[in-house]
Amino acid sequence: MRLLRTFLMRLATTAVTLFGVAVIVFVVIRVVPGNPIAMMLPPGATEADVARLSALYGLDKSIPQQFLIWAGGVLQGDFGTSITTRQPVLALVLGRLPATLELSVMALVMAVIIGGFAALTGTRLRGTRTEGAIDVANGMALSVPDFLWGLVLILMFGVLVPIFHISGRVTPSLDLPFVTNFYLFESLIRLRLDLWADIVAHMFMPALALAIPLSAIIGQLLKQSLKETMHLDYVTLSRTKGYGENHVILREALPNAILPTLTLVGVQFTFLIGGTVIIERLFSYEGLGNMAIDAVINRDLPLIQGIVILFAAIFTAVNLLVDLAYAALNPRLRHA
Amino acid sequence: MSYLEIDRLSVRLRGGGPLLRQVSLTVAAGEVRGLVGESGAGKSMIGKAVLGILPRSTEITAGRIVLDGVDLLTLPPAERRRRIGATCALIPQDPLTALNPSRRIGPQITDRLVDILGWPRVRAEARARELLAEVYIPDPERVMRSYPHELSGGMRQRILIASAFAAEPKLIVADEPTTALDVTVQKQILKLIKEMQERHGTALLFVTHDLGVVSKVCQSLSVLYAGLVVEDCAVRDFFRAPGHAYSAALLAATPKYTDAVASLTPVPDTVIAAVRAEVAAADRRMSHG
Ligand SMILES: Nc1ncnc2c1ncn2[C@@H]1O[C@H](COP(=O)(O)OP(=O)(O)OP(=O)(O)O)[C@@H](O)[C@H]1O
Ligand SMILES: [Mg+2]
Repeated sequence: MRLLRTFLMRLATTAVTLFGVAVIVFVVIRVVPGNPIAMMLPPGATEADVARLSALYGLDKSIPQQFLIWAGGVLQGDFGTSITTRQPVLALVLGRLPATLELSVMALVMAVIIGGFAALTGTRLRGTRTEGAIDVANGMALSVPDFLWGLVLILMFGVLVPIFHISGRVTPSLDLPFVTNFYLFESLIRLRLDLWADIVAHMFMPALALAIPLSAIIGQLLKQSLKETMHLDYVTLSRTKGYGENHVILREALPNAILPTLTLVGVQFTFLIGGTVIIERLFSYEGLGNMAIDAVINRDLPLIQGIVILFAAIFTAVNLLVDLAYAALNPRLRHA
Repeated sequence: MSYLEIDRLSVRLRGGGPLLRQVSLTVAAGEVRGLVGESGAGKSMIGKAVLGILPRSTEITAGRIVLDGVDLLTLPPAERRRRIGATCALIPQDPLTALNPSRRIGPQITDRLVDILGWPRVRAEARARELLAEVYIPDPERVMRSYPHELSGGMRQRILIASAFAAEPKLIVADEPTTALDVTVQKQILKLIKEMQERHGTALLFVTHDLGVVSKVCQSLSVLYAGLVVEDCAVRDFFRAPGHAYSAALLAATPKYTDAVASLTPVPDTVIAAVRAEVAAADRRMSHG
């Protein structure tokens, strides 16, 4: 009962959030200079041409009127038509979404593996030089933003030792049998390991660039949390039972130390998704972020609106998932 | 032949001063030895040294800890851990922090039996149920499936006692096992520890600063001051005539029901000065080998 109420409350706040985001974006992109219609027309078009096209896209009405029309459409699943491509926004956005999701999840997995490994190694070897080295590496990873890591990676693994692809999502000459846009996932399901390897070789560097700062955050926070937990009485009691360091860290300390890290990872993951916009551009990766930049350059208002709403929906969904995971992992909440 | 023999054990803060000064004491099989002294005297340090859980900031500089004829300090770490886990146990001070909040009670009792002693799981679980019943826990089956936060402090201390006795250890270290508890529960828990100790014939190293508790539970006693054993005696002799001025002062400072004024008596300065001189003398002996 209580769980259901909490869930409904969350749903309501989510709806309010999305509405707020929609209003803000809708107004801002109409207030900033730059007319989408002017950009579509060839030089020498008359006032009448502009007026005709404006009317076609409903841009001649007042902003509140435009919003009502747009919101009414959205409620029926119609996000309007892209001005530049003349295709339905929803189809465009959903077509690109899998690429960005795969990239983000891949980056998250990398960050958890790297950060978790760093934290566990640092805890196991606390007080030694290795721990110091891990702290220094963490600090470096944190002080450089993801897109600069992208450039560093391009120089290292794209130019100096070219082992990964530096642009695109898949080699264009390949024949793709996919029915969905989840290339990475579908290639695995179809056991097309050749394609899978090609996709990974494209994704590796952008994903790693996104992962590095997050892995440092995970590494630092988890190590801190582990070190505090290692002093607790139940950990000491476990040592007196005859258990060694590895067991004590993994079985007694880790399950409790993970909880505070988990909440932060959720927040940071939404930042990571935000980071895909620039990283996708840098690596010419055909995802939502890349499309968002094109949409802004072309003042493709319906497309910008659609992408922003989708990003906002993803953010709230991630936060909801984190809360659920937290509740599932914490016995105190599980029985509440 | 004593089961535990600590022989001139010295512990110090790494790069700092001594915490234990050539501590010697013995605990015979089935004997209960009390460790008393004021806060910071090093009572817990002795227990931790025996169980191999000294803080990383400290180090053993000299001495032997002989358990069942084997000097623990000469064993390789893994072997030492196993030996301690198989033959010793700890009843901790604070039952609220000594159980892992994210693990169920059952596995926290059976883990040692299964992982360290190699018992089959079914047998370990039967043993846990048996022990929980022994410490008067109703419905052991349900308790084993519970998480610590679902149980009261007194319940958790009973569980920790059951867990300590589960592997039939030869020696248990109890570090102020009742101080963190509600006054009304303290007596029950003390009685329970005594009862379990007698039934299982376990040797007990009992850390406390309550001489009243010592008189009820212990047979022998070590009085510590600043990491130095100032008196080692039978409890009966101690209460009849303490062998050291410091012990006598401690005894005088202990609350008595008959004499409310005596409970306020601090340890006199002259006694402190004398015992400090002994500590200094011990340090000179240590530095000359
Ligand atoms: N983790 C630690 N690192 C460094 N020094 C410590 C640590 N724990 C205790 N000490 C020091 O060691 C000395 C002995 O501490 P110990 O805990 O054995 O005292 P105690 O007799 O058990 O006192 P209490 O009655 O307060 O529990 C104290 O001076 C204390 O400051
Ligand atoms: Mg203590």
